[in-house]
Amino acid sequence: MSDIDLTSRPQDMQRLSLERRPFELRALTSGVLTGLTWGIAILGSIPLFSVIIMLVAEGGARLDIEALTSLPPAGFEMGGGFANAIIGTLVMVAIATAISVPIGLLAAIYLAILDPHSPLAGTARFVAKTLTGFPSILAGVFTYAVLVINFGYSAVAGGVALAVLMLPTVVLAAEESMKQVPQKMTDAAFGMGCTRSQVIWKVVLPTGLPGILTGIMLAVAGAAGESAPLLFTALFSNYFMSELMEPTASLSILIYNFSAMPFDNQIELAWAASLVLVLIVLVFNILARLIGQSKV
Amino acid sequence: MALNPFEHADSASSVSGPPSGSDYLADSVFRIIALSCAALIILLILFILWEIGGLALPAMAQHGLSFVSGTTWNVGTQEFGVLPEIWGTLYSSFLALILGGTFGVAIAIFLTQDFIHARLAAVFRTIVELLAAIPSVVYGLWGIYVVIPMLRPVAEWLHSELGFIPIFGTELSGPGMAPAALVLAIMILPTVAAITVDAFRRIPYKVKEAAYGMGTTRWEAILKVMLPTASSGILAALVLGFGRALGETMALAMLIGNSNQINLSLFAPANTLASLLASSFPEAGQIEVQALMYAAVVLLLITLVVNVVGLGIQQYTVRKFEGKA
Repeated sequence: MSDIDLTSRPQDMQRLSLERRPFELRALTSGVLTGLTWGIAILGSIPLFSVIIMLVAEGGARLDIEALTSLPPAGFEMGGGFANAIIGTLVMVAIATAISVPIGLLAAIYLAILDPHSPLAGTARFVAKTLTGFPSILAGVFTYAVLVINFGYSAVAGGVALAVLMLPTVVLAAEESMKQVPQKMTDAAFGMGCTRSQVIWKVVLPTGLPGILTGIMLAVAGAAGESAPLLFTALFSNYFMSELMEPTASLSILIYNFSAMPFDNQIELAWAASLVLVLIVLVFNILARLIGQSKV
Repeated sequence: MALNPFEHADSASSVSGPPSGSDYLADSVFRIIALSCAALIILLILFILWEIGGLALPAMAQHGLSFVSGTTWNVGTQEFGVLPEIWGTLYSSFLALILGGTFGVAIAIFLTQDFIHARLAAVFRTIVELLAAIPSVVYGLWGIYVVIPMLRPVAEWLHSELGFIPIFGTELSGPGMAPAALVLAIMILPTVAAITVDAFRRIPYKVKEAAYGMGTTRWEAILKVMLPTASSGILAALVLGFGRALGETMALAMLIGNSNQINLSLFAPANTLASLLASSFPEAGQIEVQALMYAAVVLLLITLVVNVVGLGIQQYTVRKFEGKA
């Protein structure tokens, strides 16, 4: 079989068919669809830029020291701001973080390391995934049923409602990043005679920390932007908060309330508050990215 | 004389030694705490069902299934029916899914099928992720002051020229189904795009190579090989995106007009279960709260079913590809 001449071509092969013909139907279809996809991708990013432009133009115009330091105006009053809403949002997100992170981390430890294949872990994982698609307003309804009916509207109730929404995000992100810790490292630690909890505290958690923090930051960013769960748990207040068990203002509810008002001043403030809220959410998102990138 | 590694094991200067009794105790205590936290997640969803269901019970006993088929919501006469809200929830989510689903899948194709340089793709991915990060209430505000004014001339023209078609049957007076569905589509786009990107990534590279090796054009490879292979993952993306749309609250409460009517028209105001809860709950009295709890149960059941189906399809997809690899 060594007499095949590689330099000669079979005479019957149509060499032309191997060349690209740009006006062939299938090439044209391909080109049109490519153009369409480019169009969709560009069209799809317009809303983001439109939102950002509106926030900077409308919100930036009104965002000043007064808006950041004073209380919401009533009716025809001019000026005013949303200082109490900023504080309220931060406090409630802090409460939600304080509740959801410890529980979420411990649950993730169980799911990722202690007993990954048990039926309990499988069910918990599935429930957590289901809860990520849980309508946020139902977290509010639930907290209303458990806390508000008995103790009234409060920042704590708002924080609990947000915690219900943060929990699945924290659990799933923490589990994912703990699973990424190389088996070799845990094996080495076990080989040194560590107990399970020593391995978890001294090897798995420190190694998985960037991923865990990323998940927490993303959960915090999501919670800061939520409004539906706060509607009838924290309600709203026109004054600075003095204790945790009273109705509390939040940026998102302020935007919701002011957006429907017939006064220009309130609508301008709603835009300024939106800008502040988006900035808070973005800060946590960027933090999440930075921490995530530092992962080796 | 062999080296004895345990020579100093008992001396106070060494840290090595077997775990002590208290170490074992700490270990099992820790294990129990972690286990109960995992169990807490399962208990949480049961507790949610129990609490909301418990408060809805009086309304359930009183209204029964007529609650789901009734069309009036009147606190004065204590008539409660959520058929218009169920219709509005499903209709708005369906419209959003058509638009957001198309865009989401197209953007996923754009990001994964080598249309652009990897670095530019990362920029686009960030844009899509930021789209998901913007709070619902900000989208609502944007919808009121940007989308509705922008849609008004379009809606007027469509109504005057094509008003005989039911979907253009009314005028857009302000808030309505069209702006709500449009904003909803933008909000579910990132969910659909992210899960679809994931589905495309799971396809082994050799599948694409084989298609190109057969001499397909890029789009023949996408339409005849990649899309069918990723179809179950894309289905999961669409179902989960639909589930997201069903539960979305604030933007819809601000844009849909909160009007209890069943109308095919895109420009008529409507209502959804979630926005009914958002708008009525804060001022509701005892009896209305029970009815609203019933509405919450309906919403909870619809979204749970949709999400479980979506997750089921997603897990099936993951298993399918992991089995092959």
